Amino acid sequence: MSKLNSLAISDNGFIFKPSTGESFTTNELGLLIIHHLKEGKPANEIIDEITTEFEIDKVTAGRDLYEYLDFLKRENMLD
Amino acid sequence: MNKKIYERPVLRKVVEGIPNKFGSVKRLQPIETIDNVPIDGIIEKYGSPVFVISEKTMRETYRTAHRAFSTRYPKVQFAWSYKTNYLDAVCRIFHQEGAWAEVVSGFEYEKAIDNGTPGNKIIFNGPDKSDADLIRAINNKSLVHIDHFDELYTIIGLVDKLKERPQVAIRVNMDTGIIPQWDRFGFNYENGEAWNAINRLLSNGKIDLIGLHIHIGTYITMSKAYATAVEKLAALANKTYDRFQTSIGYIDVGGGFASQNTLQGAYMLATDTTPSFDDYAHSITTAMTAVNFPNNETPMLILETGRALIDDAGWLAGTVLANKRLADGRRSMVIDAGVNLMFTAFWYDHEIYPVHESSFQSEPTTIYGPLCMNIDVIRKNIDFPMLNKGDHFVVKRVGAYTMTQWMQFITYRPNIVLIDEKGEVHLVRKAEDKEVFRRQELVPEYLQNK
Repeated sequence: MSKLNSLAISDNGFIFKPSTGESFTTNELGLLIIHHLKEGKPANEIIDEITTEFEIDKVTAGRDLYEYLDFLKRENMLD
Repeated sequence: MNKKIYERPVLRKVVEGIPNKFGSVKRLQPIETIDNVPIDGIIEKYGSPVFVISEKTMRETYRTAHRAFSTRYPKVQFAWSYKTNYLDAVCRIFHQEGAWAEVVSGFEYEKAIDNGTPGNKIIFNGPDKSDADLIRAINNKSLVHIDHFDELYTIIGLVDKLKERPQVAIRVNMDTGIIPQWDRFGFNYENGEAWNAINRLLSNGKIDLIGLHIHIGTYITMSKAYATAVEKLAALANKTYDRFQTSIGYIDVGGGFASQNTLQGAYMLATDTTPSFDDYAHSITTAMTAVNFPNNETPMLILETGRALIDDAGWLAGTVLANKRLADGRRSMVIDAGVNLMFTAFWYDHEIYPVHESSFQSEPTTIYGPLCMNIDVIRKNIDFPMLNKGDHFVVKRVGAYTMTQWMQFITYRPNIVLIDEKGEVHLVRKAEDKEVFRRQELVPEYLQNK
């Protein structure tokens, strides 16, 4: 989680990674997921949060969440 | 409580660099209807994928092209290039507009006859004409465009058996500044082969040479090349008159006008670079009026343009089958229409659009067809909205060569529908099913189940 805490993240989804100087953009749900990850929530809880807040089933939400986590890992923002 | 609309999470790296001079890519606007007919409804009724042809676009395009030439030159005749799209409904619409038929095989010739085209309004091109094809065409007074010496001698050999005098033209190839120069069809101008062919034809005395034909290439974006061709054909016509006192009745400049589909590797979009019908008409008719034909006669100008007349009228609607990540993390999308239906995807950057707005995010995406073949790529690495499985897409400008060059590979070819000028949808070619193949195949008795 320390990697995520080192990022500078704006409210509208702009992410700056000081260690490399790279910038990223994410959307509303991406921001929400990062927020939950920072709070230390496990994946199944995040999926519950998403399905409560958004019009989506658990299978799709889970699939998209794990894909998003892969992105974060690939960009070395997550362990 | 109303829940929020879901949009899957995305993360995009901001890539630094100098923006290109055309600015950033604008977001793709969905296309929900074709001629005001909802695409979803067409897919629901006729299945996915489905080809859709707009009669309105066909007629408007034809009239624009015809007007461009007929307002500049007194005798203009279009001949519909069957190979571009030989669906009977398509051919009949162009015939209704006044186009003759231009065919390149016995099969296409039969189609033209079945579509009610009078024999003397069929131009028979191509290198493959059997003796039976030639006899039928000549007896129908069709215009036979001779491609090679073997064909020329075949006609000379057949003359005594025929009811009618053959009405022929010779196809000429030449250097018009186009690279590559198309020299596999017809007789070469520069090396004197075309003149030799004319001599052999007219020395016979039983064959009428009524036209000269050229087809300088395909997707010609340099309209001046046609002017060069006209000048050389006029020189040939004059030489023919001087020696044989035979006037050439028509100059056929073939086809090859570019459509607005962008060729792969092109720097700019074809919508910005393709010459208009007026550009082509200006070059060709200016050359036709500038050169002197024998006796100051004005030969008829025949045009066989196919691609530019039909490409815009054709659409392909279909469905997303899957999204997946490639090994390097790039996004790919699999759709239910591949190079089996869009052979043209090998050389065009086809324009593909979502039918509905599904996401405000887009991502570099490679779009694959459904075939078990690595080469089944519809678009490489385009910025495309994130459609989900089951969402619909539509491909623009697929009227030319798709419905004739399509392949039957591992799946059936789909329905083709025509939207008429009143917005009514008509099925004009039925999707194939297993019965189509059962009818064609024979199983030897020893392999049949007892």
